[in-house]
Amino acid sequence: MINELGHFALVLAFALSLVQSVVPLAGARLGNQKLMAVGSSVSTGMFVFTLLAFASLTSAYVTSDFSLENVWANSHSAKPMLYKVTGVWGNHEGSMLLWVLILAFFGALVAWFGSNIPAQLKANVLAVQGWIAAAFFLFILLTSNPFARLSPAPFEGNDLNPVLQDIGLAIHPPMLYLGYVGFSVTFSFAVAAMISGRIDAAWARWVRPWALTAWLFLTAGIAMGSYWAYYELGWGGWWFWDPVENASFIPWLVGTALLHSALVMEKREALKIWTILLAIITFSMSLLGTFLVRSGVLTSVHAFANDPERGVFILMILMLFIGGSLTLFAVRAPLLKAGGLFQPISREGALVFNNVFLTTAAATVLVGTLYPLVVEALSGAKISVGAPFFNITFGPLMIPLLMLVPIGPLLSWKRADLYPALQRLFWVAGLALLAVIVTLALTSGEPVLASLGIGLAVWVMIGSLAEIWTRAGIGKASAASTFSRLTGLPRSMWGTALGHFGLGVILLGVVTVSVFEQESVAEVAPGETIGIAGYEIAFQGMTPVTGPNYTETVANLSVTNPSGGVFALKPAKRVYQARGMPTTEAAIRTIGFSQLYISLGDVSADGKLVIRAWWKPLVTLIWIGAIFMVAGGMISLTDRRLRVGIARRARRTVAGKQADALS
Amino acid sequence: MTRKQKRLTMIGAIGAVLMAAVLLIMFALRDEIVFFYSPTDILTESKARPGERFRLGGLVKEGSIEKSGETVRFVITDTEHEMPVTYVGILPDLFREGQGVIAEGSLSDAVFSADTVLAKHDENYMPKEVADTLKEKGVWQGEEAVQ
Repeated sequence: MINELGHFALVLAFALSLVQSVVPLAGARLGNQKLMAVGSSVSTGMFVFTLLAFASLTSAYVTSDFSLENVWANSHSAKPMLYKVTGVWGNHEGSMLLWVLILAFFGALVAWFGSNIPAQLKANVLAVQGWIAAAFFLFILLTSNPFARLSPAPFEGNDLNPVLQDIGLAIHPPMLYLGYVGFSVTFSFAVAAMISGRIDAAWARWVRPWALTAWLFLTAGIAMGSYWAYYELGWGGWWFWDPVENASFIPWLVGTALLHSALVMEKREALKIWTILLAIITFSMSLLGTFLVRSGVLTSVHAFANDPERGVFILMILMLFIGGSLTLFAVRAPLLKAGGLFQPISREGALVFNNVFLTTAAATVLVGTLYPLVVEALSGAKISVGAPFFNITFGPLMIPLLMLVPIGPLLSWKRADLYPALQRLFWVAGLALLAVIVTLALTSGEPVLASLGIGLAVWVMIGSLAEIWTRAGIGKASAASTFSRLTGLPRSMWGTALGHFGLGVILLGVVTVSVFEQESVAEVAPGETIGIAGYEIAFQGMTPVTGPNYTETVANLSVTNPSGGVFALKPAKRVYQARGMPTTEAAIRTIGFSQLYISLGDVSADGKLVIRAWWKPLVTLIWIGAIFMVAGGMISLTDRRLRVGIARRARRTVAGKQADALS
Repeated sequence: MTRKQKRLTMIGAIGAVLMAAVLLIMFALRDEIVFFYSPTDILTESKARPGERFRLGGLVKEGSIEKSGETVRFVITDTEHEMPVTYVGILPDLFREGQGVIAEGSLSDAVFSADTVLAKHDENYMPKEVADTLKEKGVWQGEEAVQ
């Protein structure tokens, strides 16, 4: 009964999305307030019904109702409750339902919090959201119905893929989708603005909070996915340049560019055409990502069982939205008047530089991701494009961008002198150079590039704080006035500093772990040890353990650290009963910012065990840096300047002038 | 600077970045892509150059796995031809005899020396390249498993 209600709610949500696609748009055309207002209530209704459908499916999972084909194929009665709930989106149908739930959620958010957006723009935005929702509801109902029944109902389910039975599944997909789908709002704003023809600085001010929200969820989602793959897959890699990782990374790169260009548009009314285009591209890349993951055209951990019909359907949605929005763009863009002028060396110039490099880097990742598909379609040859390609193309493009990160925020708008900015960063450059020399001295024989990379990381980290440092007059003004200046700085400035600082932290982690990682593989009998990076790992035997829906053999390892302390690590080999599928549970010990990572191979007949151990120096900085970025994004979001509203414009301008006078 | 000069500076800078990116991509696509071959491709058409990195895919031959310490030897077959493989390290959890596998590495003295071995991610799933190869050979049996 509940399942039928869920199915019915989904159909109703689809019907409402059709209403939302048409009525507010007509209202905006005719200038009819009542018709425009329909958009808000309908999008709330659509969200409620989608939530109802999602709740029904969740209840079927929680109660292990195997009469639903989806539950039977992906759940098991003995599965722990957490994984019963998260298993809802651990499969194709459920994850698409989560996708539309989040889409409907963002539509409702626009309806609830968009009271300060002009009614006409808001109606158009909601209508565009309605189009996207209608397309995906139709996709679910026609090709991926999660409420399909089985008769007679089986007694037991097939269980969820053990790799997915992890807390990571609870966090990674919802976060990632909040990011992916969050960019639908900026897309809708761009299309709505092109429909109504009013595109100005105010538009950028309305869009920025949405872009920032989507961006910070996408950042968190990607970082979480990276850490999950790192500890779960047992290879100790934190980024594989897997096509599906790239599918989430491309929108991130373009979305980051969008955040920066919207800043120029908001402050200076420049880069209007470009910002609109970026808003379109960002969501197009999200859709492309959805297509690549959900159609199964690529080999990946993320590919659930798929059929070609679905791929074709998503491809049609993709072409409809990308093609439609770009056509509209081609018609409208020439009508836009160019905004504020600026010299090449200026804050605007620096942000253009940022955009050029980020979008070019995104394009190289896109080329590498799609190239195998194109080659196979054209010549039939099967190729794979792996990490070396991306290291060669993506890496060099990032270097100039990273070098500019500390300089950009120190340049003034419109026209700037490079020299005073560099002067303020003089001591930062000194510190970076010092870092290079120290690294070279400590690691003789390692590639020089590694120490340059560490120097660059120090430059980005400390240089990012330079703006705050100078604005607060640290070392120049009295302690009291420094403190009051620090607290008086706009929060967005703190956000920028933290976000850029996090980027430097990530770079430091990436460089260190890529160059100084150590690895050791050995077959050991009980009582034998293997050594790595000064740690002695002693194998003391295996213990069988029974879990809720698996059995495992735990390897008892006793690790002696270089100073003589001893701790235990317990990596394990698991077999999940329902699927008879083995997995390896790696054991990880965090020491400072570094990690000791131990994975297991097979046990031979004579009781010997293959142990693979890695020493991963500063590896956690990769994810800690991402946390800094997300924190920076959140602080920026609380900045009053981002809280939408024309009424505050006057105050903002005064505050802006004061801030400029300070510099 | 005049407006025209400014525009030229911008266009020049953007053009330079794009050129650099295109050159990097062309360079990387020439040297860094990895082809996928089946044992038949290698043995009858000798598609791989000596020392070239490539991916070898097929089924793990029944009874061919030999382990000595952390070194593993096995045979990859596409049911027509087969090729011996050596690998040092820990094999994926779902590496089994008779199952699909992809190994990446290079050929030395008629033995494929792999540094990476990929198996499937769950029991319903076969690497797409391997599935295609087996379909070509007419020995594909997994249709019902892939749904």
